[in-house]
Amino acid sequence: MRAVISTVGKDHPGILAYVAKECADRNINIEDVTQKVLQDMFTMIMIVEIPGSHSDFESIAAAMEAAGERENLKIHVMHEDIFNAMHTI
Amino acid sequence: MQILENIRETIRMIDEEFLDIRTVTMGISLLDCADTDIDVSCDKIYRKITEKAADLVKTSREISSEYGIPVVQSRISVTPIALLASVSGGDPVKYAHALDRAAKTVGVSFIGGYSALVQKGMTPGDEALIRSIPRALAETDLVCSSVNIGTTKAGINMDAVKLMGEIVREAAEMTPEGKCNSTAKLVVFCNSVEDNPFMAGAYHGVSEGDCVINVGVSGPGVVKMAIRGAGKDSTMDEIAEIIKKTAFKITRTGQLVGMEASKRLHVPFGIVDLSLAPTPAVGDSVAEILEEIGLEEVGGPGTTACLAMLNDAVKKGGVMASSSVGGLSGAFIPVSEDQGMIDAAISGSLSIEKLEAMTAVCSVGLDMIVIPGDTPAASISAIIADEAAIGMINNKTTACRLIPAVGLQEGDMLEFGGLLGHGPVMPIRKASPEVMINRGGRIPAPIHSLKN
Repeated sequence: MRAVISTVGKDHPGILAYVAKECADRNINIEDVTQKVLQDMFTMIMIVEIPGSHSDFESIAAAMEAAGERENLKIHVMHEDIFNAMHTI
Repeated sequence: MQILENIRETIRMIDEEFLDIRTVTMGISLLDCADTDIDVSCDKIYRKITEKAADLVKTSREISSEYGIPVVQSRISVTPIALLASVSGGDPVKYAHALDRAAKTVGVSFIGGYSALVQKGMTPGDEALIRSIPRALAETDLVCSSVNIGTTKAGINMDAVKLMGEIVREAAEMTPEGKCNSTAKLVVFCNSVEDNPFMAGAYHGVSEGDCVINVGVSGPGVVKMAIRGAGKDSTMDEIAEIIKKTAFKITRTGQLVGMEASKRLHVPFGIVDLSLAPTPAVGDSVAEILEEIGLEEVGGPGTTACLAMLNDAVKKGGVMASSSVGGLSGAFIPVSEDQGMIDAAISGSLSIEKLEAMTAVCSVGLDMIVIPGDTPAASISAIIADEAAIGMINNKTTACRLIPAVGLQEGDMLEFGGLLGHGPVMPIRKASPEVMINRGGRIPAPIHSLKN
């Protein structure tokens, strides 16, 4: 299913590579990436395709968030429908 | 770039502004469990609830993690138990135990429906259930109870009002550990609704289907921050527009979660309740929204006008965002569950009389208000009657969830903990309504109930 991975943290080299590797390790296909550094804060949003069922999603999301914490990054993995529901009529 | 901005906004609302789904509530009809033998009836109830709701908590958790939006609680509402007690006779508290056991087995936070609808009269089953409420609440952990004592169509049953004053007092006195929190699980309604997902007043009405999923959203913090973003120069109608847009977004998440839960549980989707439900967390407060609009402290002059606009704008924004809106839908003003209300009650800006005025323009009523432990039952009944009169005349739901703080005086604090928060004991006028309450009988339905 399509999901949005958002990453926020203090900027330093290698964040994109780190998150992308974590995705690759879990067979998550990255379809789009946008990133920006604002006053030392790195923010990145990836649109991705996550394989598997509902319960797989739960464990993948938890693993991605934990991977973020190891690098002092705040990572969220959310189904794209929540954004569609909230912002489109 | 608009899409990115939208994604950031959603994440901010959930992460920093306490946007959440307060509850996914499964309504379950127990009419097919009625039996003339109370023990058989209780067994059937336990079986039906644990079957229907077996996957409720798991599904809520999965949806929560998939969409990244917290689903704070999963709950169950059932057919008013007074109906089953009327068929079976016997000690209704047995039903409370069966409900409590079932709720614990499936892992929900609360189960509502230890209820009776007595707006026009009481059957022996209704009365037995009402009289058993204090024991039922004291002996169980998750069971919530409600009694409807009036409607616009039927008027107010003053015999039931008198009885409920006594029951509220008794429930407070019987609570274990002297915390009086049984009464936090007991609501007295006028014009109660059949599809309300919020506790303590949730029950599954008799006109509902066999099983249904209702969702209650929350998000006072989101509304407050949106108003703050508009600055001090916006006009009131501009503020109303901001509230509408924000309510739309909040409600859409509720609709999404409700539809998804319904699909995964194979249960029809009922309604989204468009309520702004506060929690004791700082920033998750309806009072703070009113203060953001421009009041120094909630309870002061201007409060009722701001609340009226807020409540109306929430409904206008939310109604288009959902396929079916129901429940109580509006702004909740529970004192002990809202830090802004607690602060205003402590400072004296917020009185019970002002709260009563506020309930005329928002959803529900005098909610989670701690009153002195020595308040006579007749005074509690009279407060219930006042609140019911507002609901009856204005064709809206009103309710009382009053907490007599046994052993405490005006100005003391009562701690509940968790989502129920804490609250100062608020003063009640001492003049006695005893003669009026002892009259009993009924307050006839108002003239505008005669619409046919």
